[in-house]
Order: sequence, then C-alpha cells, then structure tokens
Amino acid sequence: MTSPQPHVETSPPVSDEVRKTTCYMCACRCGIDVHMKDGKVAYIEGNRDHPVNRGVLCAKGSAGIMQHLSPARLRAPLKRVGPRGSGKFEEISWDEALETVRARLATLRETAPEKLAFFTGRDQSQSFTSWFAQAYGTPNYAAHGGFCSVNMATAGIYTMGGAFWEFGSPDWDRTKMFMLFGVAEDHDSNPIKIGLGKLKARGAKVIGVNPVRSGYNAIADEWVGITPGTDGLFILSLIHCLLKAGRIDLSYLSRCTNAPVLVNEDTKSPDHGLLLTTPDGKHMVIDRHTGKPAPFDGAGVLPDLAGSLRRAGTSHRSVFQHIAERYLSDDYAPEKVARTVGIDANRIRRIAADLARVAFDEAIELDRPWTDFRGERHEKMIGRPVSFHAMRGISAHSNGFQTCRALHLLQILLGAVETPGGMRFKPPYPKPATAHPKPHCRVTPGKPLDGPHLGFTHGPDDLCLTDDGQPARIDKAFSWENPMSAHGMMHMVISNAHAGDPYKIDTLFFYMANMAWNSSMNTSGVMNMLTDTDDNGNYVIPNIIVADAYSSEMVGYADLVLPDTTYLERHDCISLLDRPISEPGAVADAIRWPVVEPDRNVRGFQSVLLDLGARLNLPGFVDDDGAPKYADYADYIANHERRPGIGPLAGWRVGDGAAESNRQTGLTHGRGGPNGAQIDAYIKNGGFWSAHVPDGAAFYKPWNTAYQDWAVEMGFYDSPQPYVFSLWCEPLRRFQLAAEGHGTRQPPDHLRERIKATLDPLPIWYAPLEDGHADPVEYPVHALTQRPMAMYHSWGSQNAWLRQIHGMNPLFVPTALWTANGFSDGDWARVTSVHGEITVPVAHMAALNEHTVWTWNAIGKRKGAWALDTDAPEATMGFLLNHIIHELLPPKGDGLRWANSDPVTGQAAWFDLRVRIEKVAPPRRSYPDPGGQDRIVPDPPQNVTLKVGS
Amino acid sequence: MTALPETTERKLGLVIDLDTCVGCHACVIACKGWNTENYGAPLADADAYGADPVGAFLNRVHSFEVEPDSGPAQLFHMPKSCLHCEDAPCVTVCPTGASFKRVEDGIVLVNESDCIGCGLCAWACPYGAREMDPVEKVMKKCTLCVDRIYNENLPEEDREPACVRTCPAGARHFGDLGDPDSAVSQLVEARGGVDLMPEQGTKPVNKYLPPRPRDADIDVLAPYLEPVDAQPKGFLGWLDRALERI
Repeated sequence: MTSPQPHVETSPPVSDEVRKTTCYMCACRCGIDVHMKDGKVAYIEGNRDHPVNRGVLCAKGSAGIMQHLSPARLRAPLKRVGPRGSGKFEEISWDEALETVRARLATLRETAPEKLAFFTGRDQSQSFTSWFAQAYGTPNYAAHGGFCSVNMATAGIYTMGGAFWEFGSPDWDRTKMFMLFGVAEDHDSNPIKIGLGKLKARGAKVIGVNPVRSGYNAIADEWVGITPGTDGLFILSLIHCLLKAGRIDLSYLSRCTNAPVLVNEDTKSPDHGLLLTTPDGKHMVIDRHTGKPAPFDGAGVLPDLAGSLRRAGTSHRSVFQHIAERYLSDDYAPEKVARTVGIDANRIRRIAADLARVAFDEAIELDRPWTDFRGERHEKMIGRPVSFHAMRGISAHSNGFQTCRALHLLQILLGAVETPGGMRFKPPYPKPATAHPKPHCRVTPGKPLDGPHLGFTHGPDDLCLTDDGQPARIDKAFSWENPMSAHGMMHMVISNAHAGDPYKIDTLFFYMANMAWNSSMNTSGVMNMLTDTDDNGNYVIPNIIVADAYSSEMVGYADLVLPDTTYLERHDCISLLDRPISEPGAVADAIRWPVVEPDRNVRGFQSVLLDLGARLNLPGFVDDDGAPKYADYADYIANHERRPGIGPLAGWRVGDGAAESNRQTGLTHGRGGPNGAQIDAYIKNGGFWSAHVPDGAAFYKPWNTAYQDWAVEMGFYDSPQPYVFSLWCEPLRRFQLAAEGHGTRQPPDHLRERIKATLDPLPIWYAPLEDGHADPVEYPVHALTQRPMAMYHSWGSQNAWLRQIHGMNPLFVPTALWTANGFSDGDWARVTSVHGEITVPVAHMAALNEHTVWTWNAIGKRKGAWALDTDAPEATMGFLLNHIIHELLPPKGDGLRWANSDPVTGQAAWFDLRVRIEKVAPPRRSYPDPGGQDRIVPDPPQNVTLKVGS
Repeated sequence: MTALPETTERKLGLVIDLDTCVGCHACVIACKGWNTENYGAPLADADAYGADPVGAFLNRVHSFEVEPDSGPAQLFHMPKSCLHCEDAPCVTVCPTGASFKRVEDGIVLVNESDCIGCGLCAWACPYGAREMDPVEKVMKKCTLCVDRIYNENLPEEDREPACVRTCPAGARHFGDLGDPDSAVSQLVEARGGVDLMPEQGTKPVNKYLPPRPRDADIDVLAPYLEPVDAQPKGFLGWLDRALERI
C-alpha cells in the first residue's frame, strides 16, 4: 500500500518566551533557558552562553519541569498536630507561623542564643543564612559541608588556597593526562563531562582511580580499582617514585611553594617544627644568590630548596629536605604498598613514569611574559600538562584530609597547579587560608556573634572553646576533636543535641536538609532521637523548625514547617561571597528569578528569613526606625553591601570603581555601589554576569602580579595578596605542638596521641579509623555509595521522569563475593556492620574492586514521604546504607563519644564502612522498616500527560 | 503493508560515540521533555508516582559489562533510539500507512492520526526502538526532532535534535550520513563507526563509534624511572647539582 507522505509541521512555534535563570537540580548551577507557553513552564534546556554549562544540560536539569510540578511540593505553612514523625499537620497562616518562630527565637536570643541551632543543607545562600545567624548571635550555624566534602575543600585551601570543583578545574583545553580520584558521577556534573569530552576528542589519556568502574570511570582509558581508603598511600607511593628519580619541578617548588622555607629542628623548642620567620612574621628561606637567610618574598630572592641555617643554637632545615627524607623512605616503595592499595607495584611505577613523561617531556610553553611577586620577569608560561580531579571518594574517609593533602602535594611536586595544562583556580580563588576569616563563637545574649561562624584555624588559639575548655558549638566543630572543621559538622547536631553533649539546646532549625533520612548517619537512630521524650514526656529536642519546598522525610519530624518555593519561583544569587560559579578564565556570578509565581501559599525561604530577622529587630535587618530594611530577598540582593562597594552580585554596580566600567551609564563591575536595576540587568544578560581574566593573568595566579592587581580591581581583596603554597602546613604542626605539651591551651589527654599521629604538617597515610574497630576478618568487605548522574540526593524520587531511571537500588556485589555466596539474580543479602544490619536486594557487577560492595545513594525513601505511593519501590525495595554507618565509633569503654569523622576536619567518614554479607531468603521488603508517615501533600496524579502548549 | 521509498534524498541520523558516553541519561530526558511538548501526543507516564511507573521514552541508555580475556571488566553505556533504517521493517509491517519513511531526509515517523496502536511495528523492530504510549495508545518513536532540525523559530545553531544539543560529553553527533563529505560521515570513517546488528539487514542509518581499547597499559612493564643517586645522602647531592641549573 502506498499512500502520499503525510504533511509534517517542521516549524511549529517553540515557545512564547524564553526566560533564562539558574538550575537548582543539583549543586552545579548551570544556566537554563526556560521556555514558556501560556505563562507556564513548557521546556527547559541549557543556556549556550552560560560559563558553567555552555548550553548542555544533564538529565536532572532537563527534568526540572517535573520537579517544578512535583506532587510533593508543600502548599502552606504547617503546624504539627500528631506525634513527631507521624506526618500529621494542619495548615496555618504565615502570620501565625512567623509569630510562633519569632516569639520562640526572641526569648532564646535574650537568654541563651546558643540554644538555637540553625543548620542549612543544600543551601546556595550561605553568605546570607550565616549573616542571619551571626546577627542573631548563636554560634551554632553551618551548612552541609561537614558531611559532604570538607576534607577536599579544607585540604585544598590550607595547602594551596583552593581545591577542586568550585575552586578550580583541570585546564581541559591543554591537559594531556588526567587522573580522576574518587569521583562517582557528580561534582561538578556538566563541566566534567564537557571536559572529558574534550580529552576524548583529543585522545588525551584518562585514568580513573575508583573502586567502582561506573560513570566517568567507565570511559577512563585505564581503570585503577583501588582498595577504598588507601588512595593516600597510593599517591604517596607515586610521590616516592617521582622524588627518587628527581622527576619534580625544582624551579616551581623553589619559587611558588614553602618547600625552601626553614623549619625549626630543635626537638626541645616550643617552636619545634614551626617555620622560621623574620621579626615582622615573614617566612624565611636561604637566598641561593647570597647564601644568606632572607624573607621568602624578598625582591630578587632565589629561595634555596636545600637551605639550612643554625641560628642562636637552633638548627633549621628547608621543608623540602623533610619532604625528601619522608617520602624517599622505603615505606612508600611500590612493593611495600601494593598489597594494601590493591595495585600491582609495576603499575604504580608505570603511572609515576607516565606522569613524569607528560609533565616534563611534553611540557607546554606559552609565549606570555609575566612578572612574579618578587619582581622577576618570566618570558614564558611553562606548563606541566598533567591534571587531577578528586571529590568525595577520597574525602569521605577518616584519613581524607591527609589524603587530599597528599594529592595536592603530588600536583605541586609536578609543577601542575596554576600552570598551563594543569589545574587552574577559578576566581575569586586562589585565596589562602590566611586570607579567610577565623571561626567565631563568642556569645552575648541579645547581641550578634563576635564574627563569622566558620573559618580557618591556625592554631589552638583559634579553636571554638568555652572558658572551661569545652566545645562552644553544639556540633563540636573547631574543638580538639577536629580542630580544623571549617564547614562545621552538621551530621553531629542531632546526635549531640539529643545527648546534651556539650549542652542541651532548645530549637533545631533546618533549611533544605534531609537530616531524618539520607543526610544523617545512623538514620534509624536519628529518627529515634528526634522522637525521644524525657521523663516528663517532653521531646528531648524541644523544638524543630524545618524549611523545605518538598515533603521530605525531615519535614515529617518538624513541629513547624516553613514551605519554600521551587527554584523556578524564587530569587537567588549565586554570589562570589559564597560558592562561586566562575571558570578558570572568567569570574562569574548569577541569579535566579521567578520565571513563574508560586500557585501555593509558599514563600522563598530567604525572604522569610529577612522577615524573621526584621521581626526580631536584628542588626542589619531593620533600619534606624526599626522598620524592615529589605522588602524581600531580591531587595537584599540588589542593595545589601557586605563591605563598601561589595555586594552579593558583582555585575552592573554603580560608580567608578573598576576599569571596565562603562562611564556613560555609570555602571561598573566588581566594586561599586548598589544598583536598583541590577537584577533586571542580570535578567537581560541571561541570568549571569561574567568577566574574563586578562590573558597575562590567566596562569600563575597566586604569584602573578597581573592577576593580583586584577583581583584587587574586581574586589576579591583590598590589596595584592601573593603567597606560596603550603606543602608544610604549619597550623597542623601548632596543634601537634599543643598535644606534645607546649602552650597554654592544651587538648584533653585522651586526644593527645591522636592529634600527634594525625595532624602531621606533611601529608601522611593511616588506615581508616574504622579498621581499628571493625575486625577486617569479621567485616572483610568495604561498602560504599555513589550518587547517580541522573539523581541528586533525595530530590529525584518525586520526579516522575527521573524515578523511572533510578527507581530502586540493589547492592552491587563483585564476582568473587557473588560466587562465594551463591547469589543469583533476584537474591537478597543481609549486610552487617559493627553497628547494625540491613537486608537488601543484590545485583552482580564485575567492574568492581573485589572487596567492595556499593549502592546508589538516597534512592530508598520512607513510606509516605515525597508524595510517592506507599507501594513505590523506593519505599519497599529501596534502602540506605546510612542505617549501618554510625555517627560515633563503637564505645571504647571510656565513657566518651568518639565521632566517626576525620580527626582533622570532622568530615563524616561515610566510606570507612566495613561489612560482611550473607545470602538470605527473599523477604517481603528491605529492612530495617522505618515505618511510615501520613502523606503531607495531596495524592499524586495516577498518570502524567503533560502538554502545556496544547 | 506500507512501502518504503526507493531512495531518500538525504540520510539524516545520529552518530553515537561509545568511547565517550558516560551514561548520564541527559539525552533521555532532553528527548522526553522536547517530545512531550512537541510532535504528537505527549509522552505519558502511567502510574507516575506508584509501584510500577511506565512512561514512553524515545531514547534509553542501556549499560552492559564486558569481561575481556585479560584485564579488568569494563562497563559500557549504549544510548538507543530509532536508527532510521533504510530497510525499516517497522514501516513495511504497518497495516495503516501510519509508519512512514520520509523521502527528503529518511526520517522514520508515525503519523499518529492513522496509528491504530496495533503494535506490529514494535514487534517488527529488531532494536526495540518503538514504545506504545501508555495513555494515548499510539506508537511513539524517535522523530530525530523533525520539528527542531528545520524549525525556523529556533536559532540556526539549535536546529539539531534535543539529545545532541544537550549531550554534556559531546558523544552524540547529527548529520547526513548519505553525504560522504559530511562531518558525521568523516567521523564514522575516522573512528570505524559500525552498524548495530547489521545481520538484521535493516541497514540502519545511525552509526555507533566503538570504544577505544581500554586498560592497554596495565601490564606494560614500567619504564625505569632512574634514581638520581643510589648512595645514601645522594639525593641531596643531586639536589644541589640540579639547583645550580635552574
């Protein structure tokens, strides 16, 4: 049968209008084009002009429309009317909700502000939420970094003034060899994929180091299926090989790092292990030109890596000699470490040789003259085209901080940071730890806190301790237990609040954090803590306020719920004061704006917090007459100044600050006065602002005068701040010195040995702390989670499209374990850790470290949450490993509560987990069964047949 | 039965790079979004928030493991959608003429107003590339975004399928595979692009670029990184000499 070819409309109208805003389907903050039809969201695609994603968009981003229309959206403020966790609520007015919160918080503020613990999760407005907490006066504020990747961020900042992702990225256009450590399938999402695509197109080699070969590791040219928790040892062995062969960048180490700085060698000195300084505090080196000591940054000084000095009876040797001495030791020889790391010695050697060959024999030279901070002019920019990226896989171990430090040491020894083809910082980074604030915790009832909550400690004097030496913060951040916990420890808040350790609190206030579920360790235990009552029948944690857009598990445990908008209904700023979205060659910030207005009785949380701050009369939130200073968050974004000329957004400010200013309009970028039309300017420009780093400033940023001057012009800092990388991390040594008995501020005795062992000023490797508690014979298997590319935390399951990709999560089991247990498809296993057990479905995976099992993160859901049907597979088959990962290490019999965290930063040690698995008869559902909750939102539709434009 | 055109003026199709695809499903969802809002009935999701959600997708990513004779196991991601075959059995099997292959570009489409939802085409397709819409009960399939690639309401750079525009790793390419000089044909030539299941005789237009060899260096004997000095203290001597040269 032949029929005439039907007519096809090939040029249908696409949309009435495109509104450009910023994605919030994960933390990467890509630019999106939201196509509107009839005033409704019809289709979302990537913004081609946006510096982060250049037009591409991941599955999550494209599925944003289903998040925006999710049946789990909250509809109005809620007051709990049943027991906590039951999901029984009644709707109340905003006035009632805000007055309830105000009354409670006002009383606390006048008496004991620390009894408010305000913690935010996937918050992208931390510079704002922290400003609220500081004005309120509680020391108990942080975001989610402590259970995410604080080891990565902190090790990077302390070592070199930046880390990966938001701080820096490989020079994707020039690198010739790329090693990826411990990155599952995210962070950062689209830029890594774009970058890998570039490497693949050029045929540059990609090595994936990860126990699991999925995602990015699946396309790696070479996969290193390392034993979990041993990356640091592998890296130090690579360093051993490179040092032994002298395949390191001596010129770079001498000029750009503290390798030539002199270290006090006198074991009896209170300064033992500290760096020699001039009277005005400059680190000292031996100048190779004169053979004499000199400040490291002296004009024309050529620092000597082999320098030593005896002064006033005390010997000093360069940091580099300590590095050589330590890592040339046979302890790090490939043969010595091979068994522990699970990588053949020959292979470790070959990878070291590959790195050396590419870095030095295939070096890059750019004809771009530059002048360093010592005044020395360089005719070329020399590049070492090897690059690295790492994330949570190496970070979320109790040895993660030192492992991240080891990786940075490796990059720096190769001369591959801030050089062409290596890793490049993204403005306003690099910024060393010394240029960041220190933490503050001094509470005065009725007054603001004495400074920002979070920051970088440089020694015992900077710890957040009370006058009697106890932790000042509810999460014990910046205490002797984890002195450098720069992001706080959100994962300890509920546990500590429940235990009244270090003190009891009154009100827990969470924003956008699913702490009753996937964001907590020991989920079942946490659910019990949230509902536990004292002898009088009162809740042990008296008040819980939760702000969220969706019906998460945590919302079910709130006493009061403040409903947030979706990301398409709100104002936001992606600020340089916060977590920036710059690229190495351009500084950038961005906004969100309501491309549609909410159709529910919900409000953007930041506007609610401004309202609350004004009701509480907090300084900065009200004007001199006590009237609210800002109408809403948009008003704050445009008009708030953090310091003169510096506001949340850097683009289109008013005044004559930066050189790039357009004199005719009076508009400027970087520094400048507030501009009432600033948000309109962002909208007109596609939702973002960016400015290119000048070519001569694009590399060698910490040392390059051209970059330093441009950074001052842009307002990143107020005067040039050149610095050298800290291979020797002196703050660590100061804590060690205290543990050795020096100084007035002393750690408790039970922590001395651990501090001495783990806070080493040079990178070290020690076995994950759980290995000391979970018998490796009894618990021989490592257990991990990964986040899939198409889901983000718990958010994805309410999304009808995404849940069809990841609707259940089996435990993936490697071949040998699969065979040994006699598993076959459809089988179930009991998985037991020192802490507890879960019963879960299993699946076979061959491309997996032979001693490792893993599953997708946060697919499992509590029955009744997220508007899913009660028989949804997420609630019946899905599971969390969190149930068997405790926030504390097993009791040692000393009565103390030892956190399952990195002893340096407090990072939650999710990936230290050891288990054993055994086959069990298929049960009715996965276990534990955490019970259900009433559905807080209306029933979801049976079918989704979406067509806005019909 | 429905006839295929003897020849088509162009052979528009996709080239999918299996060496680069990270399996992120971006293409799956971009496709779902565009084609829900555009050509034909929306791509429905039945039991969308329930125990057994069943939605129509025009493109899905399959993952499979390969265990080579030597070296570690490998994982590959294979996005799969209609391959717009030259000898498309889904067209010839159609009892109503609803399925057809366009003369001008070779795109295989379903004219939904003529589709009776019998499902024969889905049975005939050896690739499983057609899906019955669970609500509308008409047959859905990849349109190669026929309503994007010629769409004068879109900027020229956006006139490509949604899956290609969105692919973050750049693993998807679109063009005329009938033109040996086109960028996609050149890419297929350079990378040894292959047909999926050629033995089926359907002559698919879409091509797959095979993965490059993986883990080739694992057993390579380590090149000797020569120590600078085997003597104790020798390292510092080397250092001193080396520093003289910088």
